[in-house]
Amino acid sequence: MNSLRIATMLACVLFAGSALADNSGGATIARQGNGHGAAPCMACHGADGGGQAAAGFPRLAGLPQAYLRKQLEDFANGTRANATMQPVAGALTDAERDAVVAYYAHLPIPTPAPVAAPTGDVAARGQTLATRGRWSDGLPACEQCHGPGGIGVGDHFPPLAAQSATYISNALQAWKQGARHNDPLQLMQHVATSLSDADIAAISAWYAAQPATPPKEPQS
Amino acid sequence: MKSKRLMLALSALLLAACDHPAPQAAAPTATPPAPAASTAKSAAQFQPPADSSIPNDDFGKQIALGREIFIDPGRYAKAYVGNQLSCENCHLDAGRLAHSAPLWGAYPMYPAYRSKNHKVNTFAERLQGCFNYSMNGKAPPLGDPVLVALESYAYWMSRNAPIGTSLPGRGYPKLAKPAQAPDYARGETVYKRDCALCHGDNGQGQQAAGRTVFPPLWGAQSFNWGAGMEQVNNAAGFIKANMPLSRGNTLTDQDAWDVAYFMDAHERPQDPRYSGSIPATRTSFHDTPDSLYGATVNGHLLGQGTNQP
Ligand code: HEC
Ligand code: HEC
Repeated sequence: MNSLRIATMLACVLFAGSALADNSGGATIARQGNGHGAAPCMACHGADGGGQAAAGFPRLAGLPQAYLRKQLEDFANGTRANATMQPVAGALTDAERDAVVAYYAHLPIPTPAPVAAPTGDVAARGQTLATRGRWSDGLPACEQCHGPGGIGVGDHFPPLAAQSATYISNALQAWKQGARHNDPLQLMQHVATSLSDADIAAISAWYAAQPATPPKEPQS
Repeated sequence: MKSKRLMLALSALLLAACDHPAPQAAAPTATPPAPAASTAKSAAQFQPPADSSIPNDDFGKQIALGREIFIDPGRYAKAYVGNQLSCENCHLDAGRLAHSAPLWGAYPMYPAYRSKNHKVNTFAERLQGCFNYSMNGKAPPLGDPVLVALESYAYWMSRNAPIGTSLPGRGYPKLAKPAQAPDYARGETVYKRDCALCHGDNGQGQQAAGRTVFPPLWGAQSFNWGAGMEQVNNAAGFIKANMPLSRGNTLTDQDAWDVAYFMDAHERPQDPRYSGSIPATRTSFHDTPDSLYGATVNGHLLGQGTNQP
């Protein structure tokens, strides 16, 4: 009897410990904030982590954990200058950052609100830049790093598919203007300097309308 | 500052201990751009025709098919491919980009005598070599639809290029010998700083949705010991002009040689011409200081292959 009670208590403590280090602490921060300065993430990024496309608040659900973690670090230290995120990230402890990014990385990708796909010249420009690049300007295709259909690759290359067009466009402009310089090997800063405003508008519209999950490959 | 760094280090340790990826370690810091070598496209650079000008007829169909094969041979020439690479991985922009051995630089230069096999090679035979070695597969027979389509694509791209004239931008740049002999340890440092982000810590590359995004640089899924990229001089020239992707010509020549040496000092699939003995195979096919086949680097005898079908 006694030993059973101890075992149960131990199990509870262990469980609580692992849950705290893991997603439930993150879920709480996402819903309620951390009680000492960080607002609830949900307020801008949506209840399901899908973001608010029109306002340019990005989807976080299903993004690479290491990528999200680095962004929090960079908002706090200013290499990614952002007036909204800097105080939030700065108010999170390291453990809270870990917890909240684990939570978002494991959230299922919500079905995005349908986005009107670009047409005509905009579509052609967006698709060409996304899938072929423009090597005459030294520009590789976006998908050479962000993966087929822009679904994201590994820890460092976040998905672009079904991301808010406003958000993508803001990010590209921030790189171009130097407000954002937290990219590995300066890849995006360099790429963004070769993009015109029309290019940025076309790519953003193109990716916003792409499906978030990998297109099914025909088995050949 | 100091305590912050300590905390970062500690948290990284803790994270690692919990088997979470440590974010600090994840992203290499940016490197200052090296003094740019002049890559300015000379006005005289050959301009291949736009894809949109592929004719809309039966010949055009073969040209377009050749382009598809070049971009995705694992799909369109599956029977002849034995790894996760595509032609485009080493010949950028679907074989159009100067200094990455473009097809318009190659096509007008064949037939040509090649010391690799001691005979005159037609363009189709040159293509066969790519399948045997770079693709670690097997050569399509002469006249095979795959070779016909690839040759059609190369021919179309070379329109208006002079025959038998080596155009600027052909092949990979030939770098001058480096000040210091290429070195494994220095190459490893460059690799971790500038390459692992994409090609992975073990050169294994990265895939997404079952497709190769970042090609493997060594190991069972990369080019084999008979491929041109196995030679350190070829690899150094390619890397200098084209890597890290989109940041070509930012590495110093020394860095390019060192990292090429590092890459080529790893095991990969056996040379299909392997005669049963590494030293004999070296003497027959790798008798150049630019090949590490049969050399011992870090206590490992190179040329053993990866034991992969
Ligand atoms: C692992 C990298 C790699 C892959 C993959 C690869 N090649 Fe190559 N290719 C090379 C190298 C290296 C050379 C020699 C370049 C030089 O001499 O400067 C070369 C040379 C060539 C040449 C002759 C170039 C010239 O100017 O003479 C042709 C044509 C060619 N490759 C076609 C192909 C085709 C077609 C494929 C796919 C079936 C392919 N290659 C795949 C690395 C590669
Ligand atoms: C930003 C991502 C990125 C970085 C960083 C990068 N590469 Fe690559 N690399 C690529 C991609 C993508 C390709 C294929 C290009 C294509 O298909 O157009 C490639 C192709 C190659 C190839 C030819 C294909 C093969 O598998 O042999 C070599 C060799 C190579 N890279 C070496 C390097 C080296 C060495 C470095 C570091 C100096 C480096 N790369 C840095 C993305 C990268």
